[in-house]
Amino acid sequence: MPFIPHTQQDVAEMLSVIGVDSIDVLFDEIPADLRISGLRDIPPALNEMALLRLAATRAEQDSGKLCFIGAGAYEHHIPAAVWEVATRGEFMTAYTPYQAEASQGTLQVLYEYQTMMARLMAMNVSNASLYDGASALAEAILMAMRLDKKNKIHRIVLPTNLHPHYRDTVHAIVRQRDTELLAIPFDAHSGKITVEMLEKMMPDTFTAFVIPQPNFFGVLEDIDTLTDWAHARGARVIAVVNPLAMALLKPPGQWGKKGADMACGEGQPLGVPLASGGPYYGFLCCRTEDIRQLPGRIAGRTRDTHGRNGFVLTLQAREQHIRRARATSNICTNQGLLVTASTIYMSIMGATGLRDVALTCHANARLLRDKLKAVAGIRCYFESAYFHEFLVQLNCPVDGVLTQLHKKNIQPGLATKTYYPELGECLLVCVTETKTPADIDYFIQQLICAM
Amino acid sequence: MPELIFDLSRKGRCAHAQLPPNTLQNATDIPAELLRVQPAALPEVSELQAVRHFTRLSQLNFSIDTHFYPLGSCTMKYNPRGVHKAAQLPGFLQRHPLAPESHSQGYMACAYELQEILKSVTGMRAVSLTPMAGAQGEFTGVAMIRAYHHARHDRARTEMLVPDAAHGTNPATAAQCGYTVREIPTDADGNVNIDALRAAVGPQTAGIMLTNPSTLGVFEQKIKEIAAILHDVGGLLYYDGANLNAILGKVRPGDMGFDVMHINLHKTFATPHGGGGPGSGPVAAGERLAAFLPTPMVGKSATGYEWLTAKACPQTIGRLSTFMGNAGILLRAHFYARLLGAAGMQRVAEFATLNANYMLKRLTAAGFNAAFPKRRASHEFIITLKKEAKEYHISALDVAKRLLDAGMHAPTMYFPLLVPECLLIEPTETETREVLDAFVATMILILKEMQTQPDKIKQAPQYLPVSRLDEVAAAREPEVVAGQEVIEHA
Repeated sequence: MPFIPHTQQDVAEMLSVIGVDSIDVLFDEIPADLRISGLRDIPPALNEMALLRLAATRAEQDSGKLCFIGAGAYEHHIPAAVWEVATRGEFMTAYTPYQAEASQGTLQVLYEYQTMMARLMAMNVSNASLYDGASALAEAILMAMRLDKKNKIHRIVLPTNLHPHYRDTVHAIVRQRDTELLAIPFDAHSGKITVEMLEKMMPDTFTAFVIPQPNFFGVLEDIDTLTDWAHARGARVIAVVNPLAMALLKPPGQWGKKGADMACGEGQPLGVPLASGGPYYGFLCCRTEDIRQLPGRIAGRTRDTHGRNGFVLTLQAREQHIRRARATSNICTNQGLLVTASTIYMSIMGATGLRDVALTCHANARLLRDKLKAVAGIRCYFESAYFHEFLVQLNCPVDGVLTQLHKKNIQPGLATKTYYPELGECLLVCVTETKTPADIDYFIQQLICAM
Repeated sequence: MPELIFDLSRKGRCAHAQLPPNTLQNATDIPAELLRVQPAALPEVSELQAVRHFTRLSQLNFSIDTHFYPLGSCTMKYNPRGVHKAAQLPGFLQRHPLAPESHSQGYMACAYELQEILKSVTGMRAVSLTPMAGAQGEFTGVAMIRAYHHARHDRARTEMLVPDAAHGTNPATAAQCGYTVREIPTDADGNVNIDALRAAVGPQTAGIMLTNPSTLGVFEQKIKEIAAILHDVGGLLYYDGANLNAILGKVRPGDMGFDVMHINLHKTFATPHGGGGPGSGPVAAGERLAAFLPTPMVGKSATGYEWLTAKACPQTIGRLSTFMGNAGILLRAHFYARLLGAAGMQRVAEFATLNANYMLKRLTAAGFNAAFPKRRASHEFIITLKKEAKEYHISALDVAKRLLDAGMHAPTMYFPLLVPECLLIEPTETETREVLDAFVATMILILKEMQTQPDKIKQAPQYLPVSRLDEVAAAREPEVVAGQEVIEHA
């Protein structure tokens, strides 16, 4: 009984207080024909020593790889202090701050997080986070639908250069409602969404336009033009952005004449390890006037009975535990621990540090891209401005190259054929500040051998 | 309260050890109109300032590691450090979610084994690990029920039944999936009112969402009858796994007749709550619904573990997260299960139930009223302070705040909604008898204070960083980000 503290004497005395002979009697309200005597197919219990050994063996199997995959999850250096502090028991083993007076630490972190995220996005307000980037986009779309009182049918424009997994997730979550998701193709030459394409394909009215920055291919969109174009048609603009990139790139609140209406995305680049894809966190920012339709937890500043500053979860009337079937969302958690880590990360790095990280990623990407272009049989697919990720086309089957490089413990990028067969033998390659010039040279050398 | 981190900021200060070897002044190859002009007003602090600030903030929290936390329906049990350490091994933290299968066999083995363990625990046919929280698990289950009916060209089913005692997420989820919610009343003993249920079902019924043991802390004894009533009209049963800790290894939702369910790994499988997430809500499905589970899942072949995507699961409701859910939480749940083994799991339910029934008995002996005095407690139970509220004008909220002053986290209050002035108390199996006794002693003291020093209760908490906070003002004029005046310090 790994974590049960009861002595035999405890059990005997407790049963006697209850007035029963055995623990088994406590289950006597469960119909006898439903009760089972034990569980099958569960491996035998381990002690901690044996468990750590097993875990080390498993972790070792997957470790020691040189990773050039991005595609929505990015390897960055995380200051040691970030998780040392975030995993303090007082943060890690607390629950949702319902009892505000006993949760001021968590609540102040959320308030500081909301402030930092709103400032990074140049937006008015932020919630306390959602599950991950893709589900945050789905929630942003549902929010845009609630805000759109004009259109009977809600049409949402999703460009096909948005991360394919985001598109899949939006489909799975939003299709439970009456809505139309319109796929807009990107320009085959530049990899971008163009106004010409939009004018040709788009209906007169629609609810929201989703603009990724950078898009799935790492290409930078003409965000001002696109934002103004959508606003001129009475639609809302939902920005899906890499938050780290916003230290360098124009933030959603400043896109076009009026700024994007909502900004969402994956918080992982801000201090969260790759860790097989989660837990990460999704962020969602909006205009002040739309806050009552914003889903998820929100921390707010208020005063106590002595007039001192303090923090609470606020606007709870939006939420499921009050409003039940009429709630803005069924969500009843944020990703508190991830947001805690991210807030510490942003505090330690500051705006200068974040910009330095973004610029170092960019410098490395330029270096790698230039070297790849010099390799015979490789071309860069799009010649547009980009951020830390780009698409290259090989003159030989990608699968064979991947297999060989995987054997050398190099992950050269993501093969895009599954998602975009029309692009042919392509690899989406990403490089961050974690790679040295020597790593880049080794990658090029091994790639040449494999081709 | 400590200052805001923004107040510590001074222009030009930074954590030098963390800066990358940047060689660029500007990204000259990116068009100027795409670049940021004004840096974001993030804090400019030293590493020590950040560490000290957040460490001090952490000390303002109650947590399992520091306090008894009998928050009903939340299963605040010990989160083993060894499990945490195992999941934080570099090989797990560094794995890219889109790494090739050949570089992922260690992680995939853990995920696959967890799927198998959860199948055994639930009595279901298949498991998908991707839902990222209980509420997303619920969404998954209801979306699968909807997909099932649609696959049978049965589009007349527009109603989801939900007991009035249910978690708020149940009706919110049903609505999010496009269903109309119909509430089913509870009878005097805390069971679903069977007559009302019979009257409510019909060809319009898509299904029912149930928690068992219910949120009232009692086992739904007529569960097989309920299952038959639903299945007879073509409806399906969703099991909300919030209270699985009460029955782990004792009885299985699959055997009760449920078609689909979620498991809150952050409750039953001891993964940390993180101050409100991350959770994890894997979904298990029986015969009728297994084909609709969300992807990706992990399969096993002669050559090793492989991802099962839409190609292998053509009827899947699709993808619910960017990658495959909260993988790090799944690892922790798997490692916790490995520490327990089959017998350990049964003991979880046994000692959680023993602790709850012991506290219930002692509190009622001390004069508190159980909401359902004729019933056994499951792993949790409800006391109602209706009498105290009337006699002493002390509310459940007042008692909750007074408990905080005594260094104990308050139980869940005012839930379920149908029990007036209620406290829902869940001690969990990892607490000692001494802690339970101390809680009971405090409750007895508070009962005495109601008669002698009611102000002490009404003014609680007095010994925490803040006293009661004005939530009404916070909601009327929300201030959810710090104003610009703060950054002018910088």
